[in-house]
Amino acid sequence: MIDSKMVLTGQTLAYTLYCIVIILLIVWFSIMITGKGKGLAVKPALFYTFVGFLTVLGVSLHIITYNTIPWAEMDLNRSDYKPDKTFVITVKDHQFFLPSEKLVINVNDKVLFDVKSEDLTYGFGLFRDDNSMMFQMQVVPGHRNDILWHFDREGVYTIRSTEYSGPGGVFMIKKDVVQVLP
Amino acid sequence: MSFINTLINGEEGLFKSETLTPMQKLTLRFVVVGLIYFGFVVIEGMLMRLYEVKPLPFITESQFFAIMTAHPLVGIFGSTYSIVFGAFLFLVPFLMKKPLWSIKLGNWTFILVTAGTFIFWFAGFISHYAPLYTLYWPLPADFTQFSVWGGTFFIVGIALVMVGSAFFVINIFKTITYTPDGWEKQPSKALLASALGITGFKNLFTKNKKEHLVPLPVAAVARGSVDVALNTAIILFTGVLILVYMVASILGFDLKETAIDALLYKNWFWWGLDLIADGLVLIFVAGTWYLLATMISGKPLFMQNIARAALLVELIVSWTVWSHHLLADQAQPGFLKVLSGEMVTAFELITQGLAFFITLATLWSARPLKMTNPLKFLIGGLLGFALAVPAGIMQADVGLNRILHNTQWVIGPHVHVAVLVGLTMTLYSAVYILFPILTNGAKMYSQKLVSVHFWCHLIGGIGMGAFMGMAGLKGMLRRSLYINGEFNLYMILAAICGTLLLIGFLTFFYNIVMSVGLKGVIGIFTPSKIKTKDLLPAN
Repeated sequence: MIDSKMVLTGQTLAYTLYCIVIILLIVWFSIMITGKGKGLAVKPALFYTFVGFLTVLGVSLHIITYNTIPWAEMDLNRSDYKPDKTFVITVKDHQFFLPSEKLVINVNDKVLFDVKSEDLTYGFGLFRDDNSMMFQMQVVPGHRNDILWHFDREGVYTIRSTEYSGPGGVFMIKKDVVQVLP
Repeated sequence: MSFINTLINGEEGLFKSETLTPMQKLTLRFVVVGLIYFGFVVIEGMLMRLYEVKPLPFITESQFFAIMTAHPLVGIFGSTYSIVFGAFLFLVPFLMKKPLWSIKLGNWTFILVTAGTFIFWFAGFISHYAPLYTLYWPLPADFTQFSVWGGTFFIVGIALVMVGSAFFVINIFKTITYTPDGWEKQPSKALLASALGITGFKNLFTKNKKEHLVPLPVAAVARGSVDVALNTAIILFTGVLILVYMVASILGFDLKETAIDALLYKNWFWWGLDLIADGLVLIFVAGTWYLLATMISGKPLFMQNIARAALLVELIVSWTVWSHHLLADQAQPGFLKVLSGEMVTAFELITQGLAFFITLATLWSARPLKMTNPLKFLIGGLLGFALAVPAGIMQADVGLNRILHNTQWVIGPHVHVAVLVGLTMTLYSAVYILFPILTNGAKMYSQKLVSVHFWCHLIGGIGMGAFMGMAGLKGMLRRSLYINGEFNLYMILAAICGTLLLIGFLTFFYNIVMSVGLKGVIGIFTPSKIKTKDLLPAN
């Protein structure tokens, strides 16, 4: 499975390229409208082509990500999958209560994290050693909050709340508690 | 002219507040207060930027989050609403060529927005009430973390702003439809239909097409005001709900928090809140771009009928996109995530793209143009939205949201670039173009300072958003704290860009004060000596 880090690298490249192009376009436009030349009406065909381009772009973005980002389909249809492991986690009083001290996973396991809040709205995210995020979800009280993830490589991960739950919840961190072993 | 003389009397003594009409004074009061609150926001923003690099010893963690709670609300209501309401209460009657329906109601809007903002800001400052603007249930009613009294005053302050907003909406629609004394009876229903886009919609299906009775920018203000009204109702209702819990707590009753479904509440609140971010802001901005483009170029708007239709589409789209804020909520139904969260949200790329293209094409038709202050700030505003809207569309994707939600990406390249560069530079463009009209011909103190303001704001705004975004892509959360310098490289660079924004704002503020003088600023707040409902003095 493509790692979420790889997806972010692709996104960074695509958005950076877009930013460079749009900034250069605006610079060019600013030079052109204040430089010598005659004001000409823009042809409607150009306008309609632009509208068509935006429509294709807006729709195709989601189709492309759905078909290339591996967790997108699995996430929307997670009830159709049978997890290899399930961890039931409770959150209360700004603390995570784990089923065991370490959550041990084998490489290639599909794991369901079922997180329940007993008071406030929290977040649940897995983070790598370098603080980069692997995934996250919201943890809403009174509702089922579950996420299925396919672990295809070894690693050690930290759980951190990704949602603000008041000043008391800023450092809701369980360091290195998720271990993915060969 | 000496420095002191200019500071007191303004540039060349041209600004004379005693020549201002009540309407000019009302608008200028809104603008001055809006800019002062923008100053609050910039200073709060800088404090948070520095805190993200290294926690400041004189700010506690609870105070940091109280600042984070007040910061966007002061920015949206105290600053943006003030400037936008002031400008539109002037521009709608100006474009409709008749007086504002009620100057008194306009003054009440001013008083309520100004006082309400101060009350919630002060309540947060004193009590550290900090449920953030999202108010995720049951956090606003969590009195183990927050003071119930602080929260009560906070919510009352917000409610006052909402009442002021409701008065604004009434004034706008009444101004469009009413018949001034001594005038021939105005076709109220037809004017309302034109303003809301019903006429244009009917024209699609009839041979005898009716003419548009209201100018395009007025149609934009009217349609944006529909979202203001809906948003006001949602926030007021939510405020009352939270107040019920607060009053009960004060009286010694502990109401069950579970009586409110947290997810349903989240849907309800985001539906209302999104009417600002994805509704009235985009509609008001598009209308303002169109007005500015036609004023700067002196040409008719390119594809005017399409632009009108797009404003109506944007209004409808704004009612159906809220679910992109709930893509990380696993209990949210999948069809809402895909349909509302992804597909309908993608329409914003189209509607905002149309507005972008139409504005550029209108300016293009008037080549060569002089790079005036309104033009350069307008181009800055266009660039801001061109950068920020695609960043938002990317995070409104089921796949990408899984690794972007609640990171600095959301608040940096999307929110701050949209608000600071897109929206604020558009507002600055409007301020620069309206300045001579509202001040009866006052002159800017320094053109060089305008340029300093422009470049500091543009580079600072884009730079800050970019570095926050880079940190977000590396996993840095928003609404959180990192005390071990985990993202210091990005946070230091973002703080440097934030400093540029602060310098830009101070330069602008100094330039404006030197242009109108301290006497002039005070004069704006004294009652007008001219008894007229006209917008501008007769001479």
